[in-house]
Amino acid sequence: MYMTQTVDEIFEQICKIIAPFNKKNIPITKDSLFSVDLELDSLNVMDILSEIEDEFDITVPLNMLPDMETVGQFAETVKQLLSEQ
Amino acid sequence: MTFDLFEKFDPILNDYNSLPKGAGNPFTVSMEQVLSPTTAIINGRETILAGTNNYMGMTFNQECMDAAQEALLTLGTGTTGSRMLNGTYNSHKKLEDTLREFYDTKHAIVFSTGYQANLGIIATLAGPKDYVVIDADSHASIYDGCAMGNATVVRFKHNDAHNLDKKLARIRKNDPQAGILVVLEGVYSMLGDQAPLKELTRISKAHNAFVLVDEAHSIGVFGETGRGVAQEQGVEDQIDFIVGTFSKSVGTIGGYCVSNNPKFEVLRLVCRPYIFTASLPPSVVASATKALELIANSNLRAKLLSNSRRLNNGLSQAGFEMGTTGESPIAAIIIAEQNTAITFWGEMIKEGVYVNLALPPATPKKLNLMRCSLSAAHSLEQIDFMLEKFILVGTKLGLLQDMPKRVLA
Repeated sequence: MYMTQTVDEIFEQICKIIAPFNKKNIPITKDSLFSVDLELDSLNVMDILSEIEDEFDITVPLNMLPDMETVGQFAETVKQLLSEQ
Repeated sequence: MTFDLFEKFDPILNDYNSLPKGAGNPFTVSMEQVLSPTTAIINGRETILAGTNNYMGMTFNQECMDAAQEALLTLGTGTTGSRMLNGTYNSHKKLEDTLREFYDTKHAIVFSTGYQANLGIIATLAGPKDYVVIDADSHASIYDGCAMGNATVVRFKHNDAHNLDKKLARIRKNDPQAGILVVLEGVYSMLGDQAPLKELTRISKAHNAFVLVDEAHSIGVFGETGRGVAQEQGVEDQIDFIVGTFSKSVGTIGGYCVSNNPKFEVLRLVCRPYIFTASLPPSVVASATKALELIANSNLRAKLLSNSRRLNNGLSQAGFEMGTTGESPIAAIIIAEQNTAITFWGEMIKEGVYVNLALPPATPKKLNLMRCSLSAAHSLEQIDFMLEKFILVGTKLGLLQDMPKRVLA
């Protein structure tokens, strides 16, 4: 059901998943860096990744994490993985 | 930009530098003398060791020490070489025979550490087109094995069978022929909880995945003959690889993997952490062999678990927030504030009790823990002494304000 979604729509969806981790309610943009801007450590990011997998019904290998520093890069990756299905 | 290779560690260094200096620093303890499996001289005073993973108290077992001494005097201090070249003595083969017998498996490979066993087995088995599926709370050696290999790594929620099923189904949907290795631990070391192996292995097998169980904290502790949680839960026939360590119940150092897979021995030719390091020294091999024989026939498991229940129950009744339940040899209390946890540790060592201060990211759910690993060698008096000091320090730091008065009295 997410196959036809745009990157923007996926980004919005991801923001909802990040919300419970974003304890200080820092505004999220596509350029937000998980580590610096959102103050999330690698374990948080792995937990978010796991929820994204379940939400979009895709496999996002942990190996891709080093290349995903921003929320926007996450959304792009999800879009890419959805289109490969 | 910076040319300084160390700059990235500045935040960690700053945290470290804010720790208490001297005797109150939890990461600079050294043992001046070790008196027994459960006591040492630290900062000039006799201290009870309550966080050593020395579950069976094997480090001072007379038979193990005799075997080690004889090997030392007859075979020398080290092998100076790889298992593949000059580093395999008859005693290494005998240790592997002992492991095969202990686990009733066809194959056994000994590594120089438990860390290398996980690193080697995971990184080697799961190649570029394969998948490794790991529990979110896996030990660092499992994460590092994943990082070293070239497989696709997927993580499922801790001990959550339903979540594992979802992750595996998704992999299978896209890649029906992929090789999949599911990695589990018998006991998770920080909170001492067991994996529900029956369910997790059933799901893994339903998706045609291989299953590896790390029994590092459960060998010697669970199962009728001390093989671990797989034996305890009656699922050994569903498990393809068991990894473990000699550095806890076995009382020395080294790692191993056992399996019935007919092609298992090929790992000796392809597993880099097995090949490109020196093999275990003969004295270590001798004491590990002896300890395995003793563990299989010992009744120390009952004593160990009763010790753990005594401390867990005592801490819980005193009003501490518990991280553990007493189902394993681990007893851990949760302390909300990290600084309080550090102070707690410092007060305990002053009172003559060494426990483990466990902080995130080494802990699940970002918990700050004061963690004890019990030993069958602890006496009831030692456990009651630990408990008394926990309550003393907990009261001093205001962690027990809501506790019932009768426990204080």
